[in-house]
Amino acid sequence: MGNASITTRGLNHFFGKGDARKQAIFDVNLEIERDSLTILMGPSGSGKTTLLTLIGCLREVSDGSVSVLGHELNNADEALLVGLRRRLGFIFQAHNLHESLTSTQNVLMGLQVHGGGNQQKQRAAAHHILNLLGLADRRDYLPGNLSGGQKQRVAVARALVSNPEIILADEPTAALDKESGHKVVQMLKSLGKARGTTTVMVTHDPRILEMADRIITLEDGHIVSDQRQ
Amino acid sequence: MSHLLAILFGRLPIGWLQLTHSRGRFVAAVAGVAFANLLVFMQLGIMGALNNSTVAPYDILDADIILSSQDGNTLTDGGHIPRARMFQALGVAGVSDASALFIGNLPFTLEDGSSVSLLSFGMDVAKPLFASPAIATSLEKLSLENTVLLDEGTRGMPKDVIAELMDGGQFRFETGGNTLTAIGTMDVGGGFLADGMMIMSDQSFMRVFPSRSSGAPNHILIRTADGVSNDAVVARLMNTLPSGNLRIQTMSGSAANDLAYMATERPTGVIFGFGVFMGLLVGLVIVYQVLSTDVADHLREYATFKAMGYGQSFFLGIVFEEAIILALFGFIPGILVSLGLYAGLVSFTGLPVEMNAGRALLVFLGTLMACSLSGAIATRRLANADPADLF
Repeated sequence: MGNASITTRGLNHFFGKGDARKQAIFDVNLEIERDSLTILMGPSGSGKTTLLTLIGCLREVSDGSVSVLGHELNNADEALLVGLRRRLGFIFQAHNLHESLTSTQNVLMGLQVHGGGNQQKQRAAAHHILNLLGLADRRDYLPGNLSGGQKQRVAVARALVSNPEIILADEPTAALDKESGHKVVQMLKSLGKARGTTTVMVTHDPRILEMADRIITLEDGHIVSDQRQ
Repeated sequence: MSHLLAILFGRLPIGWLQLTHSRGRFVAAVAGVAFANLLVFMQLGIMGALNNSTVAPYDILDADIILSSQDGNTLTDGGHIPRARMFQALGVAGVSDASALFIGNLPFTLEDGSSVSLLSFGMDVAKPLFASPAIATSLEKLSLENTVLLDEGTRGMPKDVIAELMDGGQFRFETGGNTLTAIGTMDVGGGFLADGMMIMSDQSFMRVFPSRSSGAPNHILIRTADGVSNDAVVARLMNTLPSGNLRIQTMSGSAANDLAYMATERPTGVIFGFGVFMGLLVGLVIVYQVLSTDVADHLREYATFKAMGYGQSFFLGIVFEEAIILALFGFIPGILVSLGLYAGLVSFTGLPVEMNAGRALLVFLGTLMACSLSGAIATRRLANADPADLF
């Protein structure tokens, strides 16, 4: 495996059955190195999100190989997939915050998935990450009382608080202004360097392309370009 | 509350936070569960009153074994047996004494024109041992012709009449061409069978019920000798007495059989049992609707948690947490309102509707089970939370 956090070999993926069966990913071969920031680009329907969900253990790998943090996902059982997901951090295009939980409580959900622990220390860690993202004065707010950008920053905090080994992000800056978006991506990149975190991000935001270590472009399920910067 | 639950669960009390986030829905759900509790409590309360009034007559008696007609259903609903069985029973080893018991229902009209029915017991007043200790002391006075002890809880009886009797006064009333004189009271209470009860001597009973024969009592009460097993005497009586149309039971066994008959064979018992079932069903449907809607409303959040690595047990925990909270919060107003309605029923009808710890616990456990069952059904919707759909 070498220095790769994520490896795919001969990866194909299909949706539907019978006559409706459609191939979304064609023979994708990739190695994504540890502590790198990789951006997946491509038009809508190019297969980038499907690839992200396959790497994120959210879809069954049925044809080819996907290895995440040294574990083969093809034919992996549910327990392994759940265990691996706990080592990943997800940032979605929609914030998907729990409306009944405050910012701190939403972030705590990212920690409590790992089981018990000192609740005071967990709370302190949640407050720390919220402070870093400029949300110190919004820690006890419910999502309904936050702006779109603030909600997205809470979602980022929830993904980062448990120090995941891989971060998978789908358009994380779509709801953020230029300054916030830049700050979030800068944070993801610096975390990657400091903690050895691998970040794979789907984005169309040209403002952050310059920060990527690698830009992979997909079209119709094929990798059409793979640029290292 | 959230802080307390967080310490208790060792995690954020998502269920509690979710339920209380929509306060209107939470209040409606709690009111629904409370209403279901109320339905069940009322059915059980009235069924309990039916049971209480079925076995209440046993409270005025004190015997070990009772001989009854085989075709009788309960103590107060049965045929007659030959008095000769009493003399035969006295010859059985272990029987220390026996006495005949006559039962009849006596209607009479009060001065205000309202009608009252009294369940009347005719006993041998020379054998006070067969009456409960509270009544035994007054039994001798009933040897005077047409004197009776009147139930102080008799429904419809003017309060001043009862008060006067309790102060040692008398109350004369006409019925069936006889003048009866109440010379004291006993405390049994009205029920479904009659508005109240009355005890008199067997001699007075024959005068009041001229169609009855002293040779055919309703029951024969038996006391066993000290240190002798009641069951052993029952067995001997069964071997000795003619088996035709005769039922031989211990008093406690007879009371238990009366209750079983009322609960399973009389329509009233079955109707109230069905009412309890319907109450539980209403609660189950209400809680299912609340939990099912709650799961559906939070599918995206649940899918996010699934993506983060939360397993099925976590989601089941949330739904069951909600079910238990609804059960608990619905039960408290449910029992409080039921207590008020019980008091109202007792006041208006004189029926022995009582709340007891056993019933409260039973209803709470039933509520908990119904809520948990609803939760278990609602969790099926969790399968629709697919984290891959989040992207």
